[in-house]
Amino acid sequence: MKYIDEYRNKELIRIISDKIRSVLTKQISIMEICGGQTHTILKYNLEEFLPAKINLIHGPGCPVCVTPIDYIDKAIELSMKDDVILVSFGDMLRVPGSEKDLLSARANGGNVRMVYSPLDSVKIASENPDTKVVFFAVGFETTAPANARAVIEADRLGLINYYMLCSHMLVPPAIEALMSNNKVKLDGLLAAGHVCTVMGLREYELLSEKFKMPVVAMGFEPLDIMNAIYMVVNQIEENRFDVENQYSRTVTREGNAHAIEIINKVFTKEDREWRGIGVIKNSGLKLRNEYSKYDALLNFDFEKKETMVIGNCIAGEILQGLNKPAQCSSFGKECKPEHPLGAPMVSSEGACAAYFRYKRSKN
Amino acid sequence: MCLAIPGKLVSIDVSNEDLKMGKVDFSGIVKDVCLDFVPEANIGDYVIVHVGFALNVLNEEEALKNIEMLNEIMSYNEQ
Ligand code: SF4
Repeated sequence: MKYIDEYRNKELIRIISDKIRSVLTKQISIMEICGGQTHTILKYNLEEFLPAKINLIHGPGCPVCVTPIDYIDKAIELSMKDDVILVSFGDMLRVPGSEKDLLSARANGGNVRMVYSPLDSVKIASENPDTKVVFFAVGFETTAPANARAVIEADRLGLINYYMLCSHMLVPPAIEALMSNNKVKLDGLLAAGHVCTVMGLREYELLSEKFKMPVVAMGFEPLDIMNAIYMVVNQIEENRFDVENQYSRTVTREGNAHAIEIINKVFTKEDREWRGIGVIKNSGLKLRNEYSKYDALLNFDFEKKETMVIGNCIAGEILQGLNKPAQCSSFGKECKPEHPLGAPMVSSEGACAAYFRYKRSKN
Repeated sequence: MCLAIPGKLVSIDVSNEDLKMGKVDFSGIVKDVCLDFVPEANIGDYVIVHVGFALNVLNEEEALKNIEMLNEIMSYNEQ
Protein backbone atom coordinates (compact mmCIF):
# COMPACT_ATOMS: atom_id res chain seq x y z
CA MET A 1 0.00 0.00 0.00
CA LYS A 2 1.33 3.44 -0.93
CA TYR A 3 2.86 5.42 1.94
CA ILE A 4 3.04 2.28 4.05
CA ASP A 5 5.23 -0.24 2.20
CA GLU A 6 8.04 2.28 1.79
CA TYR A 7 8.42 2.28 5.56
CA ARG A 8 8.85 -1.46 6.02
CA ASN A 9 12.13 -2.09 4.23
CA LYS A 10 14.16 -4.58 6.30
CA GLU A 11 17.51 -3.58 4.88
CA LEU A 12 16.92 0.04 5.79
CA ILE A 13 15.96 -0.94 9.31
CA ARG A 14 19.36 -2.57 9.63
CA ILE A 15 21.16 0.45 8.17
CA ILE A 16 19.50 2.85 10.60
CA SER A 17 20.24 0.40 13.39
CA ASP A 18 23.95 0.68 12.50
CA LYS A 19 23.70 4.46 12.52
CA ILE A 20 22.15 4.43 15.99
CA ARG A 21 24.95 2.17 17.25
CA SER A 22 27.56 4.43 15.76
CA VAL A 23 26.41 7.56 17.60
CA LEU A 24 25.10 6.23 20.92
CA THR A 25 27.59 6.31 23.78
CA LYS A 26 25.46 6.09 26.92
CA GLN A 27 22.78 4.04 28.59
CA ILE A 28 19.36 5.61 27.91
CA SER A 29 15.65 5.02 28.53
CA ILE A 30 13.11 6.24 26.00
CA MET A 31 9.37 5.82 26.10
CA GLU A 32 7.05 5.26 23.19
CA ILE A 33 3.70 6.46 24.45
CA CYS A 34 1.37 4.80 22.03
CA GLY A 35 0.27 1.17 22.17
CA GLY A 36 -0.01 1.04 18.39
CA GLN A 37 3.69 1.78 18.24
CA THR A 38 4.46 -0.77 20.97
CA HIS A 39 2.68 -3.26 18.75
CA THR A 40 4.87 -2.38 15.73
CA ILE A 41 8.02 -2.61 17.86
CA LEU A 42 7.13 -6.13 18.99
CA LYS A 43 5.78 -7.25 15.64
CA TYR A 44 8.92 -6.26 13.73
CA ASN A 45 11.15 -7.23 16.62
CA LEU A 46 12.77 -3.80 16.53
CA GLU A 47 14.33 -4.20 19.97
CA GLU A 48 16.68 -6.71 18.40
CA PHE A 49 17.92 -4.01 16.04
CA LEU A 50 18.65 -1.63 18.88
CA PRO A 51 21.80 -1.57 21.00
CA ALA A 52 21.43 -2.99 24.51
CA LYS A 53 22.13 0.48 25.84
CA ILE A 54 18.63 1.55 24.82
CA ASN A 55 15.86 0.61 27.23
CA LEU A 56 12.51 1.05 25.48
CA ILE A 57 9.76 1.75 27.98
CA HIS A 58 6.24 1.03 26.78
CA GLY A 59 3.94 3.85 27.80
CA PRO A 60 0.28 4.13 28.83
CA GLY A 61 -0.95 4.94 25.33
CA CYS A 62 -3.72 2.43 24.93
CA PRO A 63 -7.10 4.06 25.63
CA VAL A 64 -8.75 0.68 26.00
CA CYS A 65 -6.23 -0.35 28.66
CA VAL A 66 -6.62 2.79 30.77
CA THR A 67 -10.42 3.09 30.71
CA PRO A 68 -11.43 2.77 34.38
CA ILE A 69 -13.11 -0.45 35.53
CA ASP A 70 -15.94 1.69 36.89
CA TYR A 71 -16.83 2.87 33.36
CA ILE A 72 -16.82 -0.68 32.03
CA ASP A 73 -19.09 -1.77 34.89
CA LYS A 74 -21.41 1.13 34.06
CA ALA A 75 -21.44 0.24 30.36
CA ILE A 76 -22.33 -3.35 31.27
CA GLU A 77 -25.07 -2.15 33.62
CA LEU A 78 -26.53 0.06 30.87
CA SER A 79 -26.46 -2.79 28.36
CA MET A 80 -28.64 -4.91 30.68
CA LYS A 81 -31.43 -2.30 30.81
CA ASP A 82 -34.47 -3.20 28.70
CA ASP A 83 -34.72 0.15 26.96
CA VAL A 84 -31.03 0.65 26.15
CA ILE A 85 -28.73 -0.25 23.28
CA LEU A 86 -25.09 0.09 24.36
CA VAL A 87 -22.85 0.91 21.41
CA SER A 88 -19.10 0.48 21.57
CA PHE A 89 -15.93 0.21 19.50
CA GLY A 90 -15.02 -3.45 19.09
CA ASP A 91 -11.81 -3.02 21.10
CA MET A 92 -13.78 -2.51 24.32
CA LEU A 93 -15.88 -5.67 24.22
CA ARG A 94 -13.42 -8.00 25.92
CA VAL A 95 -11.93 -5.64 28.45
CA PRO A 96 -12.69 -7.11 31.89
CA GLY A 97 -14.78 -5.07 34.31
CA SER A 98 -15.22 -6.07 37.95
CA GLU A 99 -17.11 -9.24 37.11
CA LYS A 100 -17.38 -9.60 33.37
CA ASP A 101 -16.86 -7.90 30.03
CA LEU A 102 -19.32 -6.47 27.51
CA LEU A 103 -19.15 -9.59 25.37
CA SER A 104 -20.36 -11.81 28.19
CA ALA A 105 -22.96 -9.17 29.06
CA ARG A 106 -24.22 -9.61 25.51
CA ALA A 107 -24.24 -13.39 25.90
CA ASN A 108 -26.37 -12.86 29.02
CA GLY A 109 -28.98 -10.83 27.16
CA GLY A 110 -27.34 -7.43 27.19
CA ASN A 111 -27.98 -5.28 24.15
CA VAL A 112 -24.48 -4.48 22.92
CA ARG A 113 -23.62 -3.36 19.41
CA MET A 114 -20.27 -2.74 17.85
CA VAL A 115 -19.53 0.11 15.46
CA TYR A 116 -16.61 1.24 13.34
CA SER A 117 -17.38 4.96 13.43
CA PRO A 118 -19.04 7.16 16.09
CA LEU A 119 -21.41 8.36 13.36
CA ASP A 120 -22.77 4.81 13.19
CA SER A 121 -23.94 5.17 16.79
CA VAL A 122 -25.96 8.25 15.79
CA LYS A 123 -27.46 6.26 12.95
CA ILE A 124 -28.51 3.50 15.34
CA ALA A 125 -30.19 6.11 17.54
CA SER A 126 -32.10 7.66 14.66
CA GLU A 127 -33.23 4.23 13.47
CA ASN A 128 -34.40 3.22 16.97
CA PRO A 129 -36.33 6.24 18.25
CA ASP A 130 -38.05 4.24 21.02
CA THR A 131 -34.80 2.98 22.51
CA LYS A 132 -32.11 4.89 24.37
CA VAL A 133 -28.81 4.54 22.58
CA VAL A 134 -25.67 5.01 24.65
CA PHE A 135 -22.32 5.31 22.86
CA PHE A 136 -19.37 4.23 25.01
CA ALA A 137 -16.92 6.88 23.80
CA VAL A 138 -13.36 5.97 24.65
CA GLY A 139 -10.16 7.26 23.20
CA PHE A 140 -7.40 9.82 23.26
CA GLU A 141 -7.15 13.10 21.34
CA THR A 142 -7.08 11.08 18.10
CA THR A 143 -10.65 9.89 18.60
CA ALA A 144 -12.08 12.90 20.45
CA PRO A 145 -12.93 14.96 17.35
CA ALA A 146 -14.86 12.06 15.81
CA ASN A 147 -16.81 11.50 19.02
CA ALA A 148 -17.46 15.23 19.36
CA ARG A 149 -18.73 15.28 15.78
CA ALA A 150 -21.18 12.49 16.66
CA VAL A 151 -22.66 14.62 19.45
CA ILE A 152 -23.05 17.57 17.07
CA GLU A 153 -24.74 15.30 14.56
CA ALA A 154 -27.16 13.92 17.16
CA ASP A 155 -27.92 17.51 18.15
CA ARG A 156 -28.50 18.56 14.55
CA LEU A 157 -30.91 15.67 14.05
CA GLY A 158 -32.68 16.64 17.28
CA LEU A 159 -32.31 13.15 18.74
CA ILE A 160 -33.67 12.78 22.27
CA ASN A 161 -32.60 9.16 22.68
CA TYR A 162 -28.84 9.60 22.19
CA TYR A 163 -26.32 9.51 25.06
CA MET A 164 -22.59 9.27 25.49
CA LEU A 165 -20.67 7.46 28.23
CA CYS A 166 -17.59 9.52 27.86
CA SER A 167 -14.19 8.14 28.87
CA HIS A 168 -11.83 10.39 27.01
CA MET A 169 -8.24 10.71 28.14
CA LEU A 170 -5.58 13.26 27.28
CA VAL A 171 -1.99 12.15 26.74
CA PRO A 172 0.24 15.09 27.81
CA PRO A 173 -1.12 15.38 31.38
CA ALA A 174 -0.49 11.66 31.87
CA ILE A 175 3.11 11.93 30.68
CA GLU A 176 3.59 14.94 32.89
CA ALA A 177 2.22 13.03 35.89
CA LEU A 178 4.43 10.00 35.22
CA MET A 179 7.50 12.19 34.89
CA SER A 180 6.68 14.35 37.89
CA ASN A 181 6.28 11.47 40.33
CA ASN A 182 9.83 10.51 39.40
CA LYS A 183 9.01 6.85 39.12
CA VAL A 184 10.10 6.66 35.49
CA LYS A 185 13.18 8.47 34.39
CA LEU A 186 13.19 9.20 30.71
CA ASP A 187 15.96 10.48 28.51
CA GLY A 188 13.63 10.93 25.56
CA LEU A 189 10.01 10.67 24.52
CA LEU A 190 8.53 9.29 21.31
CA ALA A 191 5.21 11.09 20.94
CA ALA A 192 2.20 9.35 19.43
CA GLY A 193 1.87 10.46 15.83
CA HIS A 194 -1.89 10.44 15.51
CA VAL A 195 -2.50 12.28 18.77
CA CYS A 196 -0.12 14.93 17.37
CA THR A 197 -1.89 14.86 14.00
CA VAL A 198 -4.91 16.27 15.80
CA MET A 199 -3.32 18.38 18.54
CA GLY A 200 -0.04 19.50 16.99
CA LEU A 201 3.21 19.82 18.91
CA ARG A 202 2.80 22.76 21.25
CA GLU A 203 1.91 20.73 24.35
CA TYR A 204 5.03 18.66 23.76
CA GLU A 205 7.14 21.78 23.56
CA LEU A 206 6.04 22.57 27.10
CA LEU A 207 6.84 19.03 28.27
CA SER A 208 10.21 19.06 26.57
CA GLU A 209 11.06 22.39 28.16
CA LYS A 210 9.84 21.42 31.63
CA PHE A 211 11.73 18.13 31.80
CA LYS A 212 14.66 19.13 29.56
CA MET A 213 13.87 16.12 27.44
CA PRO A 214 14.04 15.47 23.68
CA VAL A 215 10.66 14.69 22.10
CA VAL A 216 10.10 13.30 18.62
CA ALA A 217 6.63 12.95 17.09
CA MET A 218 6.73 9.50 15.54
CA GLY A 219 4.87 7.55 12.84
CA PHE A 220 3.71 3.96 13.06
CA GLU A 221 5.74 1.96 10.56
CA PRO A 222 8.97 0.20 11.53
CA LEU A 223 11.17 2.68 9.67
CA ASP A 224 9.32 5.60 11.24
CA ILE A 225 10.16 4.17 14.63
CA MET A 226 13.81 3.43 13.89
CA ASN A 227 14.21 6.87 12.42
CA ALA A 228 12.55 8.59 15.37
CA ILE A 229 14.78 6.68 17.81
CA TYR A 230 17.79 7.79 15.77
CA MET A 231 16.58 11.39 16.04
CA VAL A 232 16.15 11.12 19.83
CA VAL A 233 19.57 9.51 20.21
CA ASN A 234 21.17 12.32 18.20
CA GLN A 235 19.54 14.92 20.43
CA ILE A 236 20.71 13.15 23.57
CA GLU A 237 24.26 12.86 22.28
CA GLU A 238 24.28 16.52 21.25
CA ASN A 239 22.80 17.58 24.60
CA ARG A 240 19.77 19.11 22.94
CA PHE A 241 16.17 18.86 24.03
CA ASP A 242 13.99 19.94 21.13
CA VAL A 243 10.66 18.82 19.77
CA GLU A 244 11.25 17.27 16.36
CA ASN A 245 8.81 15.89 13.87
CA GLN A 246 9.63 12.54 12.29
CA TYR A 247 6.03 12.12 11.08
CA SER A 248 5.94 15.29 9.03
CA ARG A 249 3.85 13.68 6.30
CA THR A 250 0.93 13.87 8.73
CA VAL A 251 1.84 16.02 11.74
CA THR A 252 2.15 19.81 11.76
CA ARG A 253 3.09 22.04 14.66
CA GLU A 254 -0.43 23.49 14.77
CA GLY A 255 -2.34 20.23 14.44
CA ASN A 256 -5.77 20.20 12.81
CA ALA A 257 -7.56 23.42 13.72
CA HIS A 258 -10.98 22.12 12.65
CA ALA A 259 -10.64 19.04 14.83
CA ILE A 260 -9.36 21.02 17.82
CA GLU A 261 -12.23 23.47 17.47
CA ILE A 262 -14.87 20.78 17.63
CA ILE A 263 -13.21 19.09 20.62
CA ASN A 264 -13.29 22.41 22.50
CA LYS A 265 -16.85 23.09 21.45
CA VAL A 266 -18.21 19.81 22.80
CA PHE A 267 -15.83 18.76 25.58
CA THR A 268 -14.16 20.31 28.58
CA LYS A 269 -11.30 19.02 30.74
CA GLU A 270 -11.74 17.27 34.06
CA ASP A 271 -9.68 15.16 36.46
CA ARG A 272 -9.84 11.55 35.39
CA GLU A 273 -8.88 8.17 36.75
CA TRP A 274 -6.61 6.05 34.58
CA ARG A 275 -7.01 2.33 35.16
CA GLY A 276 -4.09 1.01 37.13
CA ILE A 277 -2.52 4.45 37.48
CA GLY A 278 -4.94 6.59 39.47
CA VAL A 279 -6.47 10.04 39.14
CA ILE A 280 -4.54 12.49 36.97
CA LYS A 281 -5.42 16.16 37.04
CA ASN A 282 -7.10 17.60 33.93
CA SER A 283 -6.44 14.41 32.01
CA GLY A 284 -9.97 13.64 30.85
CA LEU A 285 -12.66 15.14 28.68
CA LYS A 286 -16.34 15.36 29.59
CA LEU A 287 -19.29 16.88 27.76
CA ARG A 288 -19.76 20.60 28.29
CA ASN A 289 -22.86 21.79 30.16
CA GLU A 290 -24.53 22.77 26.87
CA TYR A 291 -24.44 19.09 25.91
CA SER A 292 -25.20 17.60 29.33
CA LYS A 293 -28.50 16.16 28.08
CA TYR A 294 -26.36 13.68 26.14
CA ASP A 295 -24.21 12.73 29.13
CA ALA A 296 -25.04 9.17 30.17
CA LEU A 297 -23.49 9.70 33.62
CA LEU A 298 -26.02 12.46 34.34
CA ASN A 299 -29.07 10.91 32.74
CA PHE A 300 -29.11 7.35 34.07
CA ASP A 301 -29.19 5.97 37.60
CA PHE A 302 -26.39 3.58 38.37
CA GLU A 303 -26.13 1.05 41.18
CA LYS A 304 -23.58 1.99 43.77
CA LYS A 305 -21.00 -0.75 43.46
CA GLU A 306 -17.45 -1.20 44.55
CA THR A 307 -15.17 -1.92 41.64
CA MET A 308 -12.93 -4.92 42.07
CA VAL A 309 -9.39 -5.11 40.91
CA ILE A 310 -8.41 -8.55 39.77
CA GLY A 311 -5.64 -10.12 41.83
CA ASN A 312 -2.14 -10.77 40.51
CA CYS A 313 -2.42 -8.29 37.68
CA ILE A 314 0.27 -5.65 37.64
CA ALA A 315 -1.25 -3.72 34.73
CA GLY A 316 -0.75 -0.43 36.56
CA GLU A 317 2.98 -0.98 36.68
CA ILE A 318 3.05 -2.10 33.05
CA LEU A 319 1.13 1.00 31.95
CA GLN A 320 3.51 3.26 33.80
CA GLY A 321 6.53 1.60 32.28
CA LEU A 322 7.72 0.36 35.68
CA ASN A 323 7.68 -3.28 34.67
CA LYS A 324 7.57 -5.40 31.53
CA PRO A 325 4.84 -8.00 30.90
CA ALA A 326 7.14 -11.00 31.32
CA GLN A 327 7.75 -9.87 34.91
CA CYS A 328 4.07 -10.43 35.77
CA SER A 329 3.56 -13.79 37.49
CA SER A 330 0.24 -14.29 35.68
CA PHE A 331 1.61 -13.56 32.20
CA GLY A 332 0.97 -16.44 29.83
CA LYS A 333 -0.33 -18.59 32.69
CA GLU A 334 -3.66 -17.50 34.18
CA CYS A 335 -3.61 -14.49 31.88
CA LYS A 336 -3.78 -15.01 28.12
CA PRO A 337 -5.58 -13.18 25.31
CA GLU A 338 -8.37 -15.81 25.45
CA HIS A 339 -9.01 -14.99 29.10
CA PRO A 340 -7.29 -11.78 30.04
CA LEU A 341 -6.99 -10.71 33.66
CA GLY A 342 -6.13 -7.15 32.77
CA ALA A 343 -6.80 -4.81 29.89
CA PRO A 344 -3.23 -4.81 28.45
CA MET A 345 -3.79 -8.47 27.55
CA VAL A 346 -7.01 -7.68 25.65
CA SER A 347 -6.27 -5.00 23.18
CA SER A 348 -3.77 -5.80 20.43
CA GLU A 349 -2.16 -2.52 21.45
CA GLY A 350 -1.77 -3.56 25.06
CA ALA A 351 1.83 -4.33 25.95
CA CYS A 352 0.95 -7.72 27.50
CA ALA A 353 -0.91 -8.90 24.38
CA ALA A 354 1.90 -7.69 22.12
CA TYR A 355 4.50 -9.57 24.21
CA PHE A 356 2.30 -12.66 24.31
CA ARG A 357 1.82 -12.68 20.56
CA TYR A 358 5.29 -11.84 19.33
CA LYS A 359 7.77 -12.63 22.10
CA ARG A 360 6.50 -15.79 23.67
CA SER A 361 6.82 -17.86 20.50
CA LYS A 362 10.53 -17.17 20.50
CA ASN A 363 11.25 -18.02 24.10
CA MET B 1 -7.07 2.22 19.08
CA CYS B 2 -5.39 5.33 17.65
CA LEU B 3 -4.78 3.44 14.43
CA ALA B 4 -5.16 5.66 11.40
CA ILE B 5 -4.22 4.69 7.87
CA PRO B 6 -3.67 6.57 4.62
CA GLY B 7 -6.11 6.06 1.77
CA LYS B 8 -6.84 7.82 -1.50
CA LEU B 9 -9.87 10.10 -1.68
CA VAL B 10 -11.82 8.98 -4.75
CA SER B 11 -15.07 10.95 -4.47
CA ILE B 12 -16.63 13.73 -2.45
CA ASP B 13 -20.33 13.80 -1.59
CA VAL B 14 -21.76 17.22 -0.74
CA SER B 15 -25.43 16.21 -0.88
CA ASN B 16 -25.67 16.76 2.89
CA GLU B 17 -24.30 20.22 3.46
CA ASP B 18 -24.03 19.68 7.22
CA LEU B 19 -21.94 16.55 6.96
CA LYS B 20 -19.30 16.35 4.26
CA MET B 21 -18.58 12.75 3.32
CA GLY B 22 -16.35 11.06 0.76
CA LYS B 23 -15.20 7.68 -0.42
CA VAL B 24 -11.66 6.63 0.39
CA ASP B 25 -9.85 3.77 -1.29
CA PHE B 26 -7.53 1.67 0.87
CA SER B 27 -5.85 -0.53 -1.75
CA GLY B 28 -9.16 -1.69 -3.17
CA ILE B 29 -11.33 -1.50 -0.05
CA VAL B 30 -13.50 1.60 -0.36
CA LYS B 31 -15.02 3.17 2.75
CA ASP B 32 -17.29 6.12 3.51
CA VAL B 33 -15.32 8.72 5.41
CA CYS B 34 -16.35 12.02 7.02
CA LEU B 35 -14.37 14.93 5.56
CA ASP B 36 -15.47 17.63 8.00
CA PHE B 37 -11.97 18.15 9.43
CA VAL B 38 -10.27 18.33 6.01
CA PRO B 39 -12.22 20.90 3.96
CA GLU B 40 -9.09 21.40 1.86
CA ALA B 41 -9.02 17.77 0.65
CA ASN B 42 -9.33 17.18 -3.09
CA ILE B 43 -10.05 14.04 -5.06
CA GLY B 44 -6.77 12.18 -5.50
CA ASP B 45 -5.34 13.33 -2.18
CA TYR B 46 -4.26 10.83 0.43
CA VAL B 47 -6.05 11.29 3.73
CA ILE B 48 -5.26 9.77 7.15
CA VAL B 49 -8.40 8.00 8.34
CA HIS B 50 -9.35 7.08 11.92
CA VAL B 51 -12.76 5.66 12.99
CA GLY B 52 -14.38 6.88 9.77
CA PHE B 53 -12.98 10.41 9.89
CA ALA B 54 -10.18 11.94 7.85
CA LEU B 55 -7.84 13.56 10.39
CA ASN B 56 -5.55 15.23 7.88
CA VAL B 57 -4.46 15.32 4.28
CA LEU B 58 -1.18 13.47 3.90
CA ASN B 59 1.52 15.91 2.90
CA GLU B 60 2.88 14.15 -0.18
CA GLU B 61 5.76 16.55 -0.52
CA GLU B 62 6.96 15.66 2.99
CA ALA B 63 6.33 11.97 2.36
CA LEU B 64 8.36 12.01 -0.84
CA LYS B 65 11.16 13.94 0.83
CA ASN B 66 11.13 11.34 3.57
CA ILE B 67 11.16 8.40 1.16
CA GLU B 68 13.89 10.03 -0.91
CA MET B 69 15.99 10.46 2.23
CA LEU B 70 15.52 6.78 3.03
CA ASN B 71 16.53 5.83 -0.50
CA GLU B 72 19.60 8.00 -0.23
CA ILE B 73 20.66 6.30 2.97
CA MET B 74 20.23 3.01 1.18
CA SER B 75 22.23 3.87 -1.94
CA TYR B 76 24.91 5.53 0.15
CA ASN B 77 25.27 2.32 2.05
CA GLU B 78 25.39 0.18 -1.07
CA GLN B 79 28.35 2.10 -2.49
S1 SF4 C 1 -0.01 -10.25 31.92
FE1 SF4 C 1 -2.19 -10.15 32.42
S2 SF4 C 1 -2.25 -10.20 34.64
FE2 SF4 C 1 -0.15 -9.63 34.08
S3 SF4 C 1 -0.15 -7.38 33.99
FE3 SF4 C 1 -0.61 -8.07 31.93
S4 SF4 C 1 -2.84 -8.09 31.87
FE4 SF4 C 1 -2.30 -8.03 34.05
